[in-house]
Order: sequence, then structure tokens, then C-alpha cells
Amino acid sequence: MAELKSGRIIKVAGPVVMAEGMMGARMYDVVRVGAENLIGEIVELRGEKASIQVYEDTVGIGPGEEVVNTGAPLSVELGPGLIESIYDGIQRPLDQLVEAQGEYIKRGSAIPGLRRETKWHFKPTVDNGSEVVAGDVVGEVQESTLVNHKIMVPAGAAGKVDGLKEGDYTVDEIIGGMTHADGSKTELKLMQKWPVRRPRLVKQRLNPNKVLITGQRVIDAFFPIARGGTACVPGPFGTGKTVVQHQLAKWVDADVVVYVGCGERGNEMTDVLREFPELIDPHSGEPLMKRVVLLANTSDMPVAAREASVYTGITIAEYYRDMGYSVALMADSTSRWAEAMREISTRLEEMPAEEGYPAYLGARIASFYERAGRVVCAGSPEREGSLSVIGAVSPPGGDLSDTVVQATLHVVKVFWSLQARLAQQRHFPAIDWLTSYSFYKQHLPDSFDDKQMGKEFSEMVQQAMTLLEQESQLIEIVRLVGAESISAQDRMALETSKSIREDFLHQNAFHKVDTFTPVEKQYELLKLILHFHQAGLTAIDNGIDTSEIFKLPVREDIARASYIDNNKTEQVIAIKESIDEQVKGLYEAVTS
Amino acid sequence: MLKEYKTVSEISGPLMMVEGVDNAKYGHIVDIELTDGSMRHGQILQVEGDKVMVQVFEGTAGIDVSGTTVRFLGKPMELAVSPDILGRVFSGTGVPIDNGPAIIPKKKMNINGSPINPYARDYPNEFIQTGISTIDGLNPLVRGQKLPIFSGAGLPHDEMTAQLARQASVRGKGESFAVVFAAMGITFEAAQFFINDLTNTGAIERAVLFINLANDPAIERISTPRVALTAAEYLAFEEDMHVLVILNDMTNYCEALREISAARKEVPGRRGYPGYLYTDLATIYERAGRIKGKKGSITMVPVLTMPEDDKTHPVPDLTGYITEGQIIMSRSLHRKAISPPVDVLPSLSRLKDKGIGPDKTREDHASLYNQLYAGYARGKEAQELATILGEAALSEEDQKYMRFANEFESRYISQGYYENRDIMETLDLGWELLSMFDDVELKRIDKDMIEKYMPKFRNK
Repeated sequence: MAELKSGRIIKVAGPVVMAEGMMGARMYDVVRVGAENLIGEIVELRGEKASIQVYEDTVGIGPGEEVVNTGAPLSVELGPGLIESIYDGIQRPLDQLVEAQGEYIKRGSAIPGLRRETKWHFKPTVDNGSEVVAGDVVGEVQESTLVNHKIMVPAGAAGKVDGLKEGDYTVDEIIGGMTHADGSKTELKLMQKWPVRRPRLVKQRLNPNKVLITGQRVIDAFFPIARGGTACVPGPFGTGKTVVQHQLAKWVDADVVVYVGCGERGNEMTDVLREFPELIDPHSGEPLMKRVVLLANTSDMPVAAREASVYTGITIAEYYRDMGYSVALMADSTSRWAEAMREISTRLEEMPAEEGYPAYLGARIASFYERAGRVVCAGSPEREGSLSVIGAVSPPGGDLSDTVVQATLHVVKVFWSLQARLAQQRHFPAIDWLTSYSFYKQHLPDSFDDKQMGKEFSEMVQQAMTLLEQESQLIEIVRLVGAESISAQDRMALETSKSIREDFLHQNAFHKVDTFTPVEKQYELLKLILHFHQAGLTAIDNGIDTSEIFKLPVREDIARASYIDNNKTEQVIAIKESIDEQVKGLYEAVTS
Repeated sequence: MLKEYKTVSEISGPLMMVEGVDNAKYGHIVDIELTDGSMRHGQILQVEGDKVMVQVFEGTAGIDVSGTTVRFLGKPMELAVSPDILGRVFSGTGVPIDNGPAIIPKKKMNINGSPINPYARDYPNEFIQTGISTIDGLNPLVRGQKLPIFSGAGLPHDEMTAQLARQASVRGKGESFAVVFAAMGITFEAAQFFINDLTNTGAIERAVLFINLANDPAIERISTPRVALTAAEYLAFEEDMHVLVILNDMTNYCEALREISAARKEVPGRRGYPGYLYTDLATIYERAGRIKGKKGSITMVPVLTMPEDDKTHPVPDLTGYITEGQIIMSRSLHRKAISPPVDVLPSLSRLKDKGIGPDKTREDHASLYNQLYAGYARGKEAQELATILGEAALSEEDQKYMRFANEFESRYISQGYYENRDIMETLDLGWELLSMFDDVELKRIDKDMIEKYMPKFRNK
């Protein structure tokens, strides 16, 4: 490799700086720019001239200042201490930045991602002298009450371990060593580094086979996302993208959640920081924060760091996946990430494609989502991990023909379409049941403990979907000629569809019970609604007037069923009996 | 040692190229002396080798290539601040224009500010009473929020912002409050209306005004909101004041930004606006907020006029993605002489749930606005139906909802610009309007709330 030379700035235009004399520089090397040591990354090379995207504000930087090449690509520190942290887009700890610099983000900070002073209790899980390869678990650290952090052999190393000893270490201390076949040695630490733009290595990729339970009824039942799957949530402003993302981060059935706030509101991140430590994970009973890593590169923070933030986030997520965990990553919003790419591209004077976005936008989006998946992790013991990715998209004016939406729809398997119309009716989550889709529906039955129940649930969902489809057509007719002109059966279908919409699909994120519904309860709720439908149809066949059926008081109970405590599903089931009784009452009234 | 250059090589639109410059830094400001001795100001947009691109705030008319002197000041644009800025009027770049004395600076602050560390932010949750029912009752504003007004040409946003500035206060607290008003490209009349209004009520004493009028240089508008926010940050976070910032009109700001972008021959995004419009607006809007451990706060009400009342136009669209909700003005309500004509259904305050409730306003507030909203939405549908089919064709229920919508518009929404309604008054008015329905129809309110708050209006 050629010797690295320091260069000099020749041009500054916003977040992009050009330097000359950068001999030996490679694409995506990290450089330090100017007297204030701003962090930047090389994004274009022409001879010995390099274009650099700078992750910090460039005001006050000018030609002649020095640019030092670190010779390494942009990397994250991976090790105990990630959980419960909040980072900016290039893994600088925001909580420590406040201590070091005050309330405003200043430039040139060099605080490492992982705290150097914290001691972690390390327990080896392999014997000294055993042969290990990259990815092998050599020991563990209890990182939080929810996450047992596996310490893995870093990539590229293979040999005999020695000197591993249980004890308390900082991330930077040597916990043992490895001797390679050629006699050379590698020191092992709790921490390793990985370049963010490169996917971490796995042994084998697998197809998703199970649904990731989110406790959100419209998602789990109608448009489920698989463990290791990808989903996108596009919608205009005010339709609740962020609430959907927050709800998923809160209730998703994953071991680790990485939340990337990419170019969004500062107050939203504050909300997460305030709320998550107080919320209790329904699966474990521990505070939700104990499994969360937060990245916040808000809209006013430097745009180049925003571009990097999704990569930083997904690398951290992959690292936990490699331990054998189910990991979910939420990126809010990928449009801001795409805009960051556009801004850098414009400054590089690249030829634009659609809407001024660079021609490689689609490729970048595709390769980002492709880092999701269910995998057999590298190394032993044999373990399976998954990484599910959910990206919000904010199309201008809510227009789904937007470049970013279209590029995303090319790759993701689940599409949750948020509609302004539903949001205005205060129907939340405002996911449109007619246009959304999921390619993972067939895995839904397997996600139930009781497979028979799962199968039945799938069938019920199909029936509900058919009713909703029917509603969309009937409603047109009713609008034109009035409700009296359609058959009683059709009127029943309309009424049931309304009930599916209002009592099942609609879910109140701010209600303490309704915010999360276990799948078993979802099954009972939907069953209840369809049971009423069936009972109604039978009653119609027996000559009972629809208005009598619609007036039954049990409908109030159905409407309130989702607010029944999640542990008390027997109360939901009991409503079925009331339905039967009350319908029977109608028959008796007719015959008497 | 300040360096002077007489090497202007090119002038095009608002931009000027200077050559042979040593040691120029991106983002710094320059003084420009014309051949006739007059002074202008500019900011460095790009440095390439010894060539510097400068944007001239006051416009380039009259600048020549040979005789102009450019002085590089070696620092970013700063605003001199001290508590004395209260009650004063400044130009769009922060120069006093009220014939008052120069400000003796306690401090000089970079007008570009710095991003607030999200970890240092304190969550906005303190209710601000604006005295306007459609805001207090349905879309409550909280301290530290940024809530824009989406208006249109010919709609009375000036009256409404003046009312906000006059009436906004926190209930039961005598805290120091200030208004920072930034005018960008608005007319003399609009600015004067605002100044007069503040003067008449004495509020001018606690106001700071930055005025860039429609005939002032367009490029100056780029710095106006930043200068205003710098003053606001100083008052809020160093002088412990609660500051309400009004930015009027952001559409003009964005047009100035577009002008510069076009002059730089940048690749345009939608409707010719630059691709970085979102980021640029965010660096303005995100300066609102509260900071842990600081007493003061910045609440922001940007005003923008939507071309053709189009909400999907880039300026309102991108604004909506950054701000915490929006208040939308309705042309049809305005035609009905309902003032302020707030279009209730598409308006939204994202932080509304954080600022209301038993300790902040009243326990019934949340369910009450849900019910009013639902009732009005239903009533609006009935109104529309009635225009097609005629009122007689409506069902009895629809007629009732339509009556409700009409009452709601003429009594709840409409209040005029000089009525300052207490929040309790607003809440009670809501109950009074709802009293035309039976209890069972009020599905969004718990029964015990209805029993507690409804009877006195029923019995009227």
C-alpha cells in the first residue's frame, strides 16, 4: 500500500471539501479535516485529489488547511455498552457530549463510542487451548438485564485461545489472546471494530420462516413482517409514521431493537428517551430501554452524518444478530437519508437522475435493505439470528410515485401504506387495508404456539379481508342509491366491515391496554366479530330485520373488547355467549 | 489584520466572485465597499483555491468589477446581544433601524447557531394559553413547540399572529415573556399593523423586531430568521425568558433561497427549490425547544402562505415534516366571516396530549376535543351533503349534526381577534355545544365525565 500523505484543502462548498495531495487515499477512508480536526470521509478520488464529505459543520474552514488520512474506513465500536446508549450518526455518544460540550453540539469531538472506564464482568465459555475461528463465541458479558452479550472472535482470526480468564474488564483491556497457525498472535478484547458500509459476515442466509409479532393488530393479522424481513411505511406528514415506528420499537417481539432517528425532530427523540425507560416490556417485565440502542441524527445536525447514520445503525444491529438474537431496526426516515445522499451528490456535481437524486440511489437503498435477513451466524456454537428492517418513508406531498418510495418498494416485502384520509378520520394506525401488502402472510400460522389456532386465524383474516374488499365496492353503491336498495346480507357485510375497521384495525397507541395486543387475543377479537357476522346472517335467513340485529346491546361489548385486560381473554370469549343469547332473544320476540 | 481585495472578477445575480484571496474561510462574512463609498455585506458560499464566491445580502446592483473593495472579516456573521434589544427594531440583518442608540453588546453570537444535542432537550409539556379556542381547545400549543400557520394570500394570518403575540401566556404564572418577530418580505402595511398592535397594547416593550420588507433586498432574508432566532436563544437561554418567535413569511424566505441556488446553477429539486431545502428549514425550525436545566424556552410560530392553498407545495410540505403540527386557515370559513378562520379538521398539534390534563388544564380536555372533533367532522359531511341534496333530504340525525357544525363554527371557531378566551371558558363552551346531543351519542367521553361537566349546560 502506498504511503498515506496528508493533503491540503483546495475547495470548500457546504458539507463537501476537496483536498489535494492525498496520495495513497482510498475511497471511504476517514480523514480529519482542518485545524479543528473535523471528521470526514472520502467519497470521490481524482488522481491525488479527494472529495470529502464532512460530518460536521464546515463554517470557518478554508483552503490551505491540512487534511490527515486515518487510512481506515468509517467504523463503529462493537462491544458491551451499546445497549441503552444514544449516539449521533457516527456513533458519538450524545449523553457524554452534553457532559463534555454543553447543550449544543460543537465540532471536533473525539469521544469514543464505548465508555472506556466501565468494567464488565466477563465469563469465558470456551477452554483455553481450544481452536476457534472468526465468529466463535469465547465468552459472555451480561450487558443489561435483557441482553447477554456474546464476545466473539473478530473477523479474519483463527487459532488457539489462551489466557482467557473470568474477571472484570473494560472494553479496551486484553481478556486473552489467540495464537494463529503461523505462530503470530492476536489479542482479544471485549470490543471489536467493523466498517459500517460493509455487511458483517454470516455462515449462511436463510429464508424468513416466522412472523415478528408486534402486538399491532392491523400489522400482525393483515400485513405481518417476518423475522428477518423488510417493511416500509410511507405516508404524508401527520399520518403517524413515527407513532407506528415507536409502537414497533416498544412492543416488537425482538431481543434487541436499534432505533435510528435519521433527520427527524429533536423533540421526538427526547420523547423516546423519556418514555422508553418507563415502559415495561410485556415479554420480560423489564424496562424496554434495556434492549434498545438509539441513534439520533436530527434534521438540524450535519447532513453527512445523517447519511452515515443508517449504516452505523445497521452495523450495530448486525452485530447483535451475530450473537444469535432476533434484532429489529427502525429507520425514521429513509427519505431524509436519501436527501442527504442527494445533497452530497449535488455538491460533488454528479449528474442527477430523477428529482435530483443520484443515479445510485436505488442501488444504495436495495443494498441497505438487503442487509436484513435470517441467517446462520458465523462460528460456533451453531446459532441462528435475524435482522428485520422497517423503514419509514416521507414522500413529498404523500405522493407514492416519489423516487424514494418506488426504489424502496422494489426491495421490501411488506408495504404499510399510510393514508391522510384515514388519519383525518382519526383512524389510527392509518394503514390502508386495501393498498398495503405483505409477502409473509403464509408464515403467520407458525407464529402461534397453537398451530391449529394459527391456521384458523389465517382463515379468519382472509374472510375479514374479503368483507373489507366487499365493503369498498358496496359503499359506492350505497352512496349512489342509498342503503335501502341493497340486500340484507350486504347490509350485514357493511356493518361487519365497519366493526372490523373500528373494533379491530383501529388501535389506540396511547391506551394502556390497547397499545399492545397479544396474537391469542387478536384471534379471539377477530373471532368475536366474525361470530357476530355469522349469527347475524343466520338471523337474516330466519326473517329478522337487520335494524334489530344492529341494535343489539352486545355490539357495545364487542366495541370495547379490545380494552379488556390482555390476561383476561376469557372475558372476550364470554361475549360470544352474549351474542348467541341476544340473537336468540330476537327469535323469541318474533315467534311470540 | 483584515485583508482588503480589489479583485472582483465576476458578478452574476446575487453572487460575486473575488480572486486571488488568501486564507478565506467558508461561511465567513465580508464587507463590500462600492466606488461611491457605500457599504454592503456578504457571506462566503464557496472557496476554491484563491477564488471566493460571495452572496451579497443587499443585492449586486451598482457593484462594479474594477473599483469595488472587498474586506474579509474572518468570522461568521454575528449578532450583538444584550437585554437592551427588547423594545427595539432591527433590519433583517440585525442593524438597528429605529433611530435608537447602538446596542452595547453583552455578547456576540454566531447567527447560525448550533444544533441542540437531542439528549440535552427537555420535553415540551407546558400548556400555553393563547385565548383562541381553536388552538387552546383543539390543538393546544405547548412551550418549546414549533407550530406553523399555513395560510394563503388574502387570509388574515397577520391578525391571528398579532392576536397570538398579544395573548399568549402560561396560566397563573407571572413569568418573563418576550416576542421576537421576524418579517421576511412582507409588506410595509403588514409589518406596520403588527408594530402598531404591539405598541397599542404596550407589548412592544417586551418585543424584538427584525424587519425585512418586500422591497428590501431578497437575499437579506436568508439571514433574517437566523438573526431573530439568535436573539431568541439569547433571551431564552441566557436571560431565562419564555420567547415566542413569529417568522412571517417563510415562503418568501424559501424563494430567496431558491434565488441563490439558481444563481449557483445547482441542480434543482421540486419546483426549482434546492434539494437541501429540508435541511435548511430544519436548521431554522429545530432551534425551537427547551433545554434541560434552563428556565427559558423558545416557542415558534412560522407563518407561510401556500401558493394556491396547496398543502403539497414544497414549502408547506417540508415544513409540515419538521414542525410539530400545523394550523391551517380556511378560505371558506373566511368567506363566511368567521374569524380566526382556522380549518379545524386538517389542523393538528402533535404535542397536544403532552400539555393538557388534570394538572395542566382539566381532566375532561382530551376526551372533549375528541368528541368535538368527531362531531364537527360528521357535521361537515352533513353540510356538504346538504349542499348537494338540499337540507330537507338529510336524515334527522344528519340535520342535527349539521346544526351542531353550524353552531360550532359560529360560536366556537368564531371569536374575533380581540377576545381572549380563558381555557375554562373554551372547555365549557365545548360542553355547551355538545349538550344538544344525548349522552349515548357522546361515545368518546366517559360517562362520569359527562355527569360531572354536562348538567349545568343541559339545564339552561
